[in-house]
Amino acid sequence: MISLILIGAAAGFAGISGMLSLLLPRRSRDQFFAACMVLSGAVGTAVSLFLLVSGQTLAYESPWLLPIGRFAVRLDSLSAFFLVPVFLVPSLAALFGSSYWKEEEHRSSAGFLRIAFGLLAAGMAGVLLAQDGVLLLIAWEIMALSAFFAIAAGGAGAEVRSAAWVYLVATHVGTLSLVGCFTLLSAVTGSFDLVPLASGVGTGRELSWLFVLGLVGFGLKAGIMPLHVWLPGAHANAPSHVSAVLSGVMLKIGVYGVIRICWMLPSEPLWKSWLLIGLGAGSAVLALLFALGQHDYKRLLAYSSIENIGILITGLGLAHLGHAMGRPILTLLGLAGALLHVWNHALFKSLLFFIAGTTLHATGTRRLNALGGLGKKMPKTAAVAAIACLAAAALPPLNGFVSEWLLYRAVLGDWTASPGGAGLPLAVAVLAIALAGALAIAVFIRFFGTAFLGQERTESAAAAHDPSRGMLAPMVILTGLCLGIGLLPAGALWMAARGSAFWIGSDGVAALAATPALWTMTAIGIGLLALAATWFAVLRNPARSSAPSRPGTWGCGYARPSARMQYGESSLAQSLIGLVRGIVLPRRKLPSLAGPFPASSAFETDTPDVVLDRAMLPAFGWVARGLTRFRQMHRGRGRVQVQILYLVVGLLLLLAFASKGEG
Amino acid sequence: MTNRWIDAALGVLLLLTLPFLLQGVIIKTKAFFGGRSGPPLLQPYYDFFKLLRKQMVLSRTTSWVFLAGPAISLTAILGASLLLPLGGRSAPIHFAGDLVLFAYLLALSRFFTAAAALDTGSSFEGMGAARELTFAALAEPALFLGLLALVKATGSMELSGLLGHAIAPVWSTAAATLVLVAAGLFVVVLAENSRIPVDDPNTHLELTMIHEVMVLDHSGPALGLIHYGAALKFFAMTSIIARLVVPVSTESILFNWSVFVAAMIGLAVVVGVVESVMARLQLVLVPNLLIGAGMLTGLALVLLFMR
Repeated sequence: MISLILIGAAAGFAGISGMLSLLLPRRSRDQFFAACMVLSGAVGTAVSLFLLVSGQTLAYESPWLLPIGRFAVRLDSLSAFFLVPVFLVPSLAALFGSSYWKEEEHRSSAGFLRIAFGLLAAGMAGVLLAQDGVLLLIAWEIMALSAFFAIAAGGAGAEVRSAAWVYLVATHVGTLSLVGCFTLLSAVTGSFDLVPLASGVGTGRELSWLFVLGLVGFGLKAGIMPLHVWLPGAHANAPSHVSAVLSGVMLKIGVYGVIRICWMLPSEPLWKSWLLIGLGAGSAVLALLFALGQHDYKRLLAYSSIENIGILITGLGLAHLGHAMGRPILTLLGLAGALLHVWNHALFKSLLFFIAGTTLHATGTRRLNALGGLGKKMPKTAAVAAIACLAAAALPPLNGFVSEWLLYRAVLGDWTASPGGAGLPLAVAVLAIALAGALAIAVFIRFFGTAFLGQERTESAAAAHDPSRGMLAPMVILTGLCLGIGLLPAGALWMAARGSAFWIGSDGVAALAATPALWTMTAIGIGLLALAATWFAVLRNPARSSAPSRPGTWGCGYARPSARMQYGESSLAQSLIGLVRGIVLPRRKLPSLAGPFPASSAFETDTPDVVLDRAMLPAFGWVARGLTRFRQMHRGRGRVQVQILYLVVGLLLLLAFASKGEG
Repeated sequence: MTNRWIDAALGVLLLLTLPFLLQGVIIKTKAFFGGRSGPPLLQPYYDFFKLLRKQMVLSRTTSWVFLAGPAISLTAILGASLLLPLGGRSAPIHFAGDLVLFAYLLALSRFFTAAAALDTGSSFEGMGAARELTFAALAEPALFLGLLALVKATGSMELSGLLGHAIAPVWSTAAATLVLVAAGLFVVVLAENSRIPVDDPNTHLELTMIHEVMVLDHSGPALGLIHYGAALKFFAMTSIIARLVVPVSTESILFNWSVFVAAMIGLAVVVGVVESVMARLQLVLVPNLLIGAGMLTGLALVLLFMR
């Protein structure tokens, strides 16, 4: 009980700390806010970890003043598991933001950004604690609206405004879907409680509608393709520490919702699991194909987030399939892998956005092709970036690999266990994750190589410098956590097993914990690190390299290479984009060379989001134009009277339809 | 129990000493086809030790990534090779699901090779990195489908089972699928190790380089380590095909290992023959080749599920 009060107090304190900071004089507001968030984050993380390890489920309820729903709070293993990144990442992001988005530099936006940030953290914690549908929707709206204000704080330009509006529309479509889902839930079960439905409650059609509405509502927040349209714009244009929280944690709240829906509804029929696996596999591969074409490194990281959400949903689909078919290996390892990936992605994606923020702060540009050679100007950031890119590409011995390995192990274990089960179609999941892994390497070499290696391509890259301690400290903490989980996969799986206790029970937890392979991986990881360090020290020995003056790059005889001759991000991705141009539909603007003495012209490529820029926006524009024509049909001919007539006719038709339904 | 230790020790010994011999065999085969006598069989060893004695020339554009590339790349390939059951019984390190670690360690070596190439700031090396990443993205599904087919055929999740004791009985029940898997994996071996028809290891023309071009600026011991890593990667991936095609796993250690070494040398001769009788494919056709290899292994997987 005390733990519940502590968590609630930590969340509430985080929520009001932004407003509290306004009471202080301007020069100490940043530090005060960061200190409040770090304090609430530390308390929240510690209590959540304690509850996760002890495995208790806490609940509290009381009536309230609204006519529907009730104030029912529940903290089971899933909530505790998700609460850990919800408290950890925003506190580190607030610490980063105190040096990154300083009051002096951003007078107009820093104040309400702090308020929105605090409310965002509180809203996310509220969603995780809610057991009642109405309470969840209230917390959901707090979270969604404060995220809107946080994104809009990114600047006053048209791009930021457009991204914020697209986000707002998308999140409210999701909320609408959730309202529909919870209303149907209360019609089926009689209450808004988010607990597993008793067997026999609800017809097949009602359960299918509940599943689809919940998937659409929570999936819009999670960013599953094709519901991801708001993600690239919002994450690219928000301030970087806000992007870190959005990518690292808010997407996971959507995934939490999808897991709850899967847990509440019965697992049959099988099309639900295959839908999850298909959507996850498709998101994982397609998102990386789009990431390959982005010229803005924050959009690249946003698409990479969509890929990781795809992998999460695939793992969840595997677990759901295992639960429906009675294949315990799929359920245990699939769910544990998906949950561990929640933590892993929260850690390395927020780290990557901190690095992006540092780079943006140092160079002032979001164009990847304007950077280069930052490794020599910002050595500490480059070292951290190398580890972050390795983690994001899911390479051993870092944490991204461990969760993907668990998902592979789930499918392999299912195939080699008793015969039967899903069989060949599971190969789709494995193939998607394998292809996503190979493409992720290309994407992150593109990011790391173009930004941090080689020579600087523009003046802004030449002026870069390492960030202050306030920005470096959160990055180092997250790097340490990534390395720690990567080198200690047994401990990580133990935590993920405790997190999945809500679905698989304590015997499942015990069965998962007995996976000896993971200690071998620890040994391999440490051994490889030691061996690589030895070789590296041998090579770095100054006696091995020649005279003190280092010449330019030889490059097979190029006497005077220039920085613009280097392979940049578009060159690295050109062949791959060319192979998939039918899916990605890149836009090319070729130079126009007319006449014998052509004027100067330019070549441009762009990879707009297929779903948003080539399907939705044109469709919305077409609908808007049609409706505007319809509205203007009665211009100057008693327009208001005709529109009232339309309203009355529409109402009469609705009444007739409704009464026909009842009679 | 002592047999396991002897197996492991012999495996590590062969890992450390045999790779360059295979490179020498390939070079000798190609020389034979070219009507030449070619360099001595042990020339790659002489080159390696000569490189270790030399000094390196480092460009001022490069940073720590340039030297970390060869170091981490070699370490990753070494780690991956320790997971392979070369002698037919069990690898020095084995656990359920280690085939995924094998594939991802090879991917780690590829990441750092590409990073070291981009570190030089030269467009030539960047071109190699771009091509390498593209073709690796296409070869990865083929490799995974092949390994998945082996998992389904043998019912084992460890490489020591897949390629060790469990593979021999599969030849009598599902030989066709194993032939398909071997063919698909052979194309992947050619692609990942810069062999004709995907890449030409002897050329220095911009049209034709993929792997050679990524290491243009490395010299001295770093270049020696890179050559050793490449030879080791070829050794590791060819040993998969050797274990598939000649799955000998008897009680006699001497017999197992002699057959393995003979099979590896035979496969090196086959690769040399393939390199001599074929020309390099146009780069735009390489994706077709790799997707074709993926289809072969995918077909093998489907056939296994239809039994």
